Amino acid sequence: MKANLQFHFLADKEKNTLTIKREFAASRQLVWDCYTKEELLNQWFAPKPFTTKTKSMDFSEGGHWHYAMVDPDGNEYWGYTEYHDINPIDYYRTKDAFSDSEGTVNPDLPKAKWHVQFSDLNDHAVVTTVVNYESLEDLETVINMGMEEGMISTLECLDELLETLTK
Amino acid sequence: MKRDIFQAIADPTRRAILVLIATQALTPNALADQFDITRQAVSKHIKILNECELLEQEKVGREIYYELKIDKMKEVDQWLEQFRKIWENRFDQLDDLLTTLKSENNES
Repeated sequence: MKANLQFHFLADKEKNTLTIKREFAASRQLVWDCYTKEELLNQWFAPKPFTTKTKSMDFSEGGHWHYAMVDPDGNEYWGYTEYHDINPIDYYRTKDAFSDSEGTVNPDLPKAKWHVQFSDLNDHAVVTTVVNYESLEDLETVINMGMEEGMISTLECLDELLETLTK
Repeated sequence: MKRDIFQAIADPTRRAILVLIATQALTPNALADQFDITRQAVSKHIKILNECELLEQEKVGREIYYELKIDKMKEVDQWLEQFRKIWENRFDQLDDLLTTLKSENNES
């Protein structure tokens, strides 16, 4: 993380909510574009070493984003996001779910409501993301899945490697 | 009843109890003195914390002393820390993308 940019990560276990606030060294319009345009979203959304693949996207109220996070072995983890309300370049709200490659939502896996807000901080932009799960168990499930998919352990390996290299 | 650690820390009084017993072992009475709630209410919180396996008990004479099981609390921190790293990583990629986009804009 860039040391001079604000980053807050808060978990509220009473409200089953994660609040993630991050400052970016760019204008609000540019950051908004990165969140809402398919070709840009594909370049950053999935954390390394995963990559993002969009099957279809329609950024409009009632529209959706059907995407996969792809691991280095080519395994695909599909997600389906519905756009509920959009107010450029202030905020948008979505409902995020796990799906299959056909876009059929998996009813057994957690769904979450996302509220993504954009504001100015001098000439920088601040994005506040509030992710609201239906229950604490859902939040735990999502994190446990991250572990199984290797998303988290891989990052840990990377951290360990970096620590070794900087010593 | 099976409980998990997140139920333990969902309540402000229980969080306060954990802070108090993190530094020293205390009896239920000593704990109750720290709060404006009844001893029964404190006992109930202790019971929940115990079911979450967050407490270490030691009997000294007729008194029971409670202390924090540090390992359990570490689990919560590590768990959240890992989730935090995913977001950090994602945002670092967005930083890089923004830097690229800004330099492209300046050139055009």
